[in-house]
Amino acid sequence: MPAAILARYILLEARRSGLPWLAAASIAVGLALAAFLSQVALTESRALQAATLAALLRACAVFLIAVLVASSTLREISDKGLELMLALPLSRATHYLGRLAGYAVCGSALAAAFSLPLLLWAPPGSVALWGLSLALETALVAAAALFFAMTLAQLVPAIAATAGLYLLGRSIGAIQSIASGSLTEASPLAGIARLAVDGVALLLPRLDAVTRTEWLLYGIPDAAAYASGLAAIAVYTLLLIAAGLFDFYRRNA
Amino acid sequence: MRRDERPIAAVPAFVWGALALALVVQIAWQAARHGAAPAAIDLPPPPRPQALRLASFGEAEAAARLSMLYLQAFDLRGLDYGRLLGWLEAILELDPRSQYPLFSAARVYAEHPDAARSRVALEFVHREFLRDPDRRWPWLAHAALLAKHRLRDLPLARRYAQAIERHTTTPDVPLWARQMEIFILEDMNELEAAKIMLGGLLDRGAIEDPAELRFLRQRLAELEGRIQRQSVK
Repeated sequence: MPAAILARYILLEARRSGLPWLAAASIAVGLALAAFLSQVALTESRALQAATLAALLRACAVFLIAVLVASSTLREISDKGLELMLALPLSRATHYLGRLAGYAVCGSALAAAFSLPLLLWAPPGSVALWGLSLALETALVAAAALFFAMTLAQLVPAIAATAGLYLLGRSIGAIQSIASGSLTEASPLAGIARLAVDGVALLLPRLDAVTRTEWLLYGIPDAAAYASGLAAIAVYTLLLIAAGLFDFYRRNA
Repeated sequence: MRRDERPIAAVPAFVWGALALALVVQIAWQAARHGAAPAAIDLPPPPRPQALRLASFGEAEAAARLSMLYLQAFDLRGLDYGRLLGWLEAILELDPRSQYPLFSAARVYAEHPDAARSRVALEFVHREFLRDPDRRWPWLAHAALLAKHRLRDLPLARRYAQAIERHTTTPDVPLWARQMEIFILEDMNELEAAKIMLGGLLDRGAIEDPAELRFLRQRLAELEGRIQRQSVK
């Protein structure tokens, strides 16, 4: 199956580019930070360790995947490897989805590895739900990074666009609550600003609703809320894939 | 991950020198910096809870606890309690289930030698307790003890003890916390009021444990004895 072969090559490339070592280093740094924080906390030291480690590992997973996808895709474009691949008797969809599947598997492997140390502080059920959510989140980031790398065709803009989308997705809830706060002026201009924020929110994934640290600290989430959060991420990933395919089919080698 | 390298000897001497010099200057510079706790006067005004939430990028629980670590680094002496409590309030809003801000308010900031500051911190604990009594009662119980023993303000202690008795609904609140008001009334020599409260507690059937029932009945009998002796005098 050509897509599976492509995905395998992506995994091989990730291994050779030192991703496992970077993941191990992230875990080591996170554990060291947690050990340090437990010494300075006056109370809730276990919660502090779990929350900080989870936040750090989540950020590391997303950063590593975004950089891996953008750099590997753009290297292939500059080395003319992409042109060679497109000359093969493979559909563009197979090519694109095969690559993305490889990156998604890398993200899942990272999510699994990053979930393990959290078992020291949180119950297995909560950690499993957190890990599954992180795997889907990294798949979304991989889809976004692949889309931006293919369309922008330069490393820094691709990473910046992915980071911008991700950070906006994580903070749009807070931005909306600020915009609609009770202290906000009730002028027409403020109303337009509120509508603009709500409009932007319609085009963003709600990343603040998934991979939540509170699941690790205060118990597993409500099943409906969890499923709805993950479904929203899956829908947005599909949107990014569709947009990426749309652009890829229009690409002239 | 391996790359093709030339031997170390290929590096010119001036590059070696520049590297060593820069490293020494960096270490010396950092070593000369003072690592002491920030002065109390440096505590900036509290951020708005929404701003803190925005800065946390969705990691409210981690941000709340890290903000507490930041806050506890400030020297207690001369700390502006208005700002401090603003910070604690914002942090609590970020993660309402965290016990850290109330722990610090009751156990650290309320134990300040200055009674006025201590009262401000205790009032903060009382105010926040009312928002979630079933989860936050331990800190108000501690506040009642501080008011009673450290500030020697029995009416204040009674107000806090009364709040615990009135506002908590969970069975997790132990009996000693519910009975706190009775003991404070006894200390205030308000024996009749203490007797009525204790009698009410027993009549309501709120106590099921036989040992606790026995203890409280004995306590009620003692109270009645003290009231009788007072009326004879």
